[in-house]
Formats: sequence, C-alpha cells, structure tokens
Amino acid sequence: MRRAALLAVAAPVVMAQAPAPTLVPDVSQREIEIVYSFTGAELLLFGAILYPGGRVPQGRVPADIVVVVKGPTQSIRVREKQRVAGIWVNAEDLRYRSAPSFYAVASSRPITEIVDARTRAIYELGLDSLQLSPASSAAPEVENRFAEGLVELRRRTGLYYEAPGAVEITGGVLYRARVQIPARVPVGRFTAETFLIRDGRVLAAAVREIDIRKSGFERFVARAAERASLAYGLVAVALSVGLGWFAGWVSARR
Amino acid sequence: MNLYLPIANLSVNALVIVALGGAVGLLSGMFGVGGGFLTTPLLIVYGIPPTVAAASSATQVTGASVSGVFAHLRRGGVDLKMGGVLVAGGALGSLFGAWVFRLLQATGQTDTVIAVTYVVLLGSIGGLMLRESLQTIGVSKGRLAPRPAKRRHHPLVASLPLRTRFYASGLYISPLAPLLLGFGVGTLTILLGIGGGFILVPAMVYLLGMATAVVVGTSLFQTLFVTAIATLVHALTTEAVDIVLAGLLLIGSVTGAQLGARFASRAKPEYLRLALAIIVLLVASRIFLGLVWRPEAIFSVEPA
Repeated sequence: MRRAALLAVAAPVVMAQAPAPTLVPDVSQREIEIVYSFTGAELLLFGAILYPGGRVPQGRVPADIVVVVKGPTQSIRVREKQRVAGIWVNAEDLRYRSAPSFYAVASSRPITEIVDARTRAIYELGLDSLQLSPASSAAPEVENRFAEGLVELRRRTGLYYEAPGAVEITGGVLYRARVQIPARVPVGRFTAETFLIRDGRVLAAAVREIDIRKSGFERFVARAAERASLAYGLVAVALSVGLGWFAGWVSARR
Repeated sequence: MNLYLPIANLSVNALVIVALGGAVGLLSGMFGVGGGFLTTPLLIVYGIPPTVAAASSATQVTGASVSGVFAHLRRGGVDLKMGGVLVAGGALGSLFGAWVFRLLQATGQTDTVIAVTYVVLLGSIGGLMLRESLQTIGVSKGRLAPRPAKRRHHPLVASLPLRTRFYASGLYISPLAPLLLGFGVGTLTILLGIGGGFILVPAMVYLLGMATAVVVGTSLFQTLFVTAIATLVHALTTEAVDIVLAGLLLIGSVTGAQLGARFASRAKPEYLRLALAIIVLLVASRIFLGLVWRPEAIFSVEPA
C-alpha cells in the first residue's frame, strides 16, 4: 500500500521530467512461410505513437520514425578477388563472426538528416553504421574496404538496403512502412526494430520478431537433405534413373 | 512460373530450367554425351551456387545416361568387366574428389579451380575433336588420304603388371589402366558435375585401344554408376544436391534427348562431331573470358 502510494506521488514527477511517448508497433506477418511459389515477401510494419496525455506536441519539429529489419546473424567469410597472372582469383579474405544476413532500414526522412553519426553507430542505423565485427584483426583501411565490399554485394542482391522516405506518418501518430524481403533471404528469426526520433534523440524504441521458415515440401526436402543425407541421395538417384528409364521406355514404344 | 529451390535457397523460373535441361538433352541425344559440361556452367551463369550446380548436374547426368545404357546393353555394346573396373576406379575417384573439394573450399579456390579445369579440359578435347572432325570431313570429300586405322593401346598401358583379358573390348591389359582412368574421371565428376564421357571415350579409343563397338556403351555404363555415386557423395558431404533443380533439369533433358537421338540418326556423324567441337570450344572460351575479365563482383561471401 505504502509503495503504491509512493508511486502515485512519484509518477507525475517522472512524467514532468520526461514526457516520454511510447510506440505500439505491429507487423503484417509474424511468420513468413517459404513454399514452392515463394518469390519474396512484402512486410508491412505499422503502429501508433502514444504521447502522454494523448496529444501530439504542437509547435515543434515533427518526430521521425526509423524501422530496421534485421535477419539472423551469420558467421561469414568475405573473399576479395585479385588479378593474379592474368586471371581473377580469390586472394585476401576477412572473417566476420556476426554479420546480419538481411538488413533493411526504412525511415521517414534520410537517416543522415534524422540523427548524427554517433547515434547512428549506437543503434546501427544505416548501412555505413553496421557493426560488422571482424573476427581477425586487420588494418582499418582493409576492414573498411571489406565492409564496403560486403555491403555493396548484398545491396546488389537486395539483402541490404536503405529506404529513406519509406515510412509514412499520418497525423503525427500513425506510421506505416513497407519492407521488401527478397527470395534469396535466409531462414531464421528476423527482428523489426522501430525507433521514434526527434531532435536527434531516440525517444522510444520497440521490437517485434518475425519468423521466416521453409514450410511444407520445401521444409521436408531441406530437412531430409540435412538429417537423412543417405536416403536423400538414394531418392535423388532413384528419381533420375526412374525418369531416364521412363523416357526411354516411352520413346521405344512409339 | 517461379519455383523455390529448397537447397539452392532461391527462386528460379522453372520453365527456364526445364528449357535449359531440354537444350542440353537435345545435344546429349544428338552427340551421345551426358551434357554435364554444359549444365554446370549454364546453371552457374543463371545464378545457382557452383556447388549446388555441380551436385545437381551430376544427378541429371545419371538420368540422361539410363536409356542409353539399356539400349547398348540390349545389343551387347557394354564390356561389363571393363565397365566394372572403371566404376570401381570412379568410386574411389569420387571419394578423392570430395576430399579435394573440401580442401578447395577451405582455401577459397573452388570456383577458380573448377573454371580453370573446365577451360583446360574443354579447350583441349574440343580442339582435338575439331581437328579430327575436319580431317574426317576432308577425307570424305576426297581431299586427304585416309590415315591408316590403327588400334593399339598406349605403350605405358602395356607396361603395367597384372594383365587380364577383356574379351568384349578385345584387350589383354592390366586392369590398373582402366582403374586409373576411372579414378580420374570420377574425381572430375565430383568437382565439375560432368559424366566425363567426352574424356572417357577418346581415352578408351586412343589410350586403351578398346574395340569401338563397346566404347560408347561402356562409357555410358561408367557414367551412369559414377554420377549416381557422385550424387550420393555430394548428398553425404556437401549436402548440395537440389532434388527439385535436378528434377526440373531431368524433365527437360530426357525429353530433349529423345528428340536429339532422332535428329542424330539423320545427320552425318562427322558433322555432328564438328558441331559438338564448336559448342565445346565456345563454352571453354566463355569460361575463359569469365576468368580474365574483371568480374562484376570482386567480393564474395561464404559461410564460415
């Protein structure tokens, strides 16, 4: 009782100090199932900004929303080709312990206009602020070269991208963003982080998770290849022998 | 019509893959080759990861060689003893190939080694075939005197111990020679996803000196079993056999092969060989250009 009373007294004080708005985010799909017809997906990330007292602060710069969708991290090795004796071969390489397999950032304005470099680095907002953490130490310029190479490579396949202006804010309280997930996406747990930012400060943040997984026949095949390798191989051989034999039989009958 | 490949982890146009299999099947029916040397590079160009391309194309070659083996068996065109030795060598070779594959993956040189091997193999075999077919065409037009036909095995083959008789091939040689030949082709089957017919056939004729009546049948027999073994080895080691991809390729290639066989019965064999030589050389030069031109992507990512 006493504690509750204390809280009741303290609450208005806290509110007055930091009238912190909160985010109520949601996603159109909590689960994305990869089936035979999967050619990628479009995620709709939407939600509401709840201001204390239910009023949007007037006369100030409108707040911005940044949505970051990240795929499961992977341990990867990035290789760089160099010309050796006239042909292009893999020469140097750099290993990363945890690089996101997918990274998309949607924002209501270009990221660089919303927050400064330091905040971008803290919250990993934007492709040049990714924390890629190489497993082996390398000279900073080498690290930069590989990081740029990785980002460029994945940007080309649609696995990494920035979408400035992709977040729409309605009436200062409702927001929505569309994020494209390409077909080459890896399976696993994705996170969608939403940030409410004003005057270069993050006022609120919220996370939602999205599971992307193979389903039905695709899941069955991938599992079989992994867990029952021998049986899978035998079935593959039987399939090809059967089809080849069948075709020969059909043409011999004609 | 888009279809998601569960092992390659990407979505492809199923019709394109079936058409690709069909085109390769047409050629294999016309020329009596498995067509793996075309499937693997074409799949890589389409964007399939090289390992998946090699593994699945080996599976496809199995299917493409089945009806040929049956046809040759029926008319006694297979030296089963020779075939057995070649398959045994091929099985050992595919295990060795899997070991080489792992080594190459660790050093990151898989793509380069595969490409260089393709260029060397296809370039030299294509060049030989081109010369030979042009000579034959010259002969049939009466410009050149036909060279005396000689059928003898290579002196090195003759020097190997443990000779035995291969009746159907008309040979009395050491089984070590076909065993080594099978071993080499088996290694290439794993690495390149090829049946190896285009290496095996000339080697059987010029190195072993086998009777020509059983050369193609025995080569197909070896291809059938060794590609099947290669599929199993891939399934167990690289886990890169995409059954959906192989199925699509097969639907195209078995249909194409029947059409190709009909074409072939109407065309002159030396012109067919000339055409095959040109195709082989074109593929070799395309892969060669891929090695020397500055690649579109300097960086590549692989799981570590």
